[in-house]
Amino acid sequence: MPRNRTARTAVLGVSVRRPADGKLPTRTTAALRRRLVVGGLVLLSLVLVTLSYREDGDGPVAGAQNVAAAGLRPFQIAADRVAKPFRDAYGWSSSLLDARSDAARLEKENELLRQQVAERQLALRENVRLRKLLAYRNGPRFPEGYDGLAAAVLSRPAGAYAQAIVIAAGRNDGVRVDDPVVTQDGLVGRVSRAGSRTAQVTLLTDDSSAASALDVETQAFGIVRSGDGPRAPLRLDRVPKEANVRFGDTIVTSGWSSPRLSSLYPRGIRIGRVTSVGLTDTDLYTQVQVKPFADLNALEAVVVLIPSDRGATFP
Amino acid sequence: MRLALGIALLVFVAAVVQVTVLTGARLLWAEPDLLLVTIVCVALVAGSVPGAVAGFAGGLLIDVMTLGTLGVTSIVLTLAGYWAGRYGETTGRGRRFAPVIATFAISLLAGIGGVALHFLLDQPVSARVAFVTALPSAIVAAALALGVQRIARASISEPPRLERARQVELV
Repeated sequence: MPRNRTARTAVLGVSVRRPADGKLPTRTTAALRRRLVVGGLVLLSLVLVTLSYREDGDGPVAGAQNVAAAGLRPFQIAADRVAKPFRDAYGWSSSLLDARSDAARLEKENELLRQQVAERQLALRENVRLRKLLAYRNGPRFPEGYDGLAAAVLSRPAGAYAQAIVIAAGRNDGVRVDDPVVTQDGLVGRVSRAGSRTAQVTLLTDDSSAASALDVETQAFGIVRSGDGPRAPLRLDRVPKEANVRFGDTIVTSGWSSPRLSSLYPRGIRIGRVTSVGLTDTDLYTQVQVKPFADLNALEAVVVLIPSDRGATFP
Repeated sequence: MRLALGIALLVFVAAVVQVTVLTGARLLWAEPDLLLVTIVCVALVAGSVPGAVAGFAGGLLIDVMTLGTLGVTSIVLTLAGYWAGRYGETTGRGRRFAPVIATFAISLLAGIGGVALHFLLDQPVSARVAFVTALPSAIVAAALALGVQRIARASISEPPRLERARQVELV
């Protein structure tokens, strides 16, 4: 069979020859034309890309592009004006749909922010408090021969009959029973129980507490004990009648010592201010009521005074 | 002539709407590509060559109106139109969901191709965003295809099929 038969004639088995004019079949021509068109367009695109990329904004191609863009601008403006009401309506409806979820999200965000603000305020207050403690520890009023150990207050007095707090420092930090505890404002109490990491501090307002004290102005001695109630938390006992203690006098620890015994508290720690002085003919001593400088109901951090020879360090 | 005018009008309107109205619009977290859908539908109705030409012209319009690098969108849409046209002339002929299938597949490929092209030209493009939005974009495009296909069919008449026999031999 001749090699130049068409497919149809091959199937039919008829020896009809192809036309001898050399033309390609229609199908092949169409495919070739199709590929040429696509190839040409892609090539043209690549040429445009190259020219546009090389010119970088100033050249004939960019100029032509600008002119064409200006020519198309009215159509864009018209389309924009036509679409604007629809776009506005879409935006309004979508914002309405989103409003609910936005409200819930903003509420959560608001809650989180409130919490952060509260935490920051607490941190700020703590910062101020610790700075005061540090200033007190480094200041001239800090008793000599002692190191200060700052400790956070873990629990406060639960009621009128429990005048003790728990602090976040214990034996591992060098704290021992009977160590004085102060704030930058004044005396707080003493360590009554020391655990490994925590310690219990009995406040001055507890019935079992007592501290020898003196009036800075009159040099009158006495013993500070718990008072009769919230309005008079402390009282200064054993003040002789002849001592001229007055309203507003400052009471500090006397810090006595003898060869065998010494006061638990070092000398000169501020205790409180005299709020009332009573004197009757039948009393043996002057009745002096004292308001402590340290706010014993709102303690958040304290300093434990540790004798320097024990080797504790300030954190 | 009617075919050319119909295609030109469709592509021009789609390009203007794409640039003016749909830029920045979000549908299922994706920007609807009306021009791509129009090119694919035109190619399915009219064939691969008109599809490729429509893609080139539409891409050029977009690049001109957005003052972008000329030819970048043209390459992508030319190939998209050509492939859609070939699909319509061969496998997809007579299939009811050919526009949806073609638009979905070509939208995915065009998105990736566009990113690759911008990347080759050292233009800032976020591949992560492109890949994340590729699937939603393809879904949105496929959904648009059914409506656009009807408009395209109504606007342009089908050309005579090239494969049809032009002569009959009597044996």
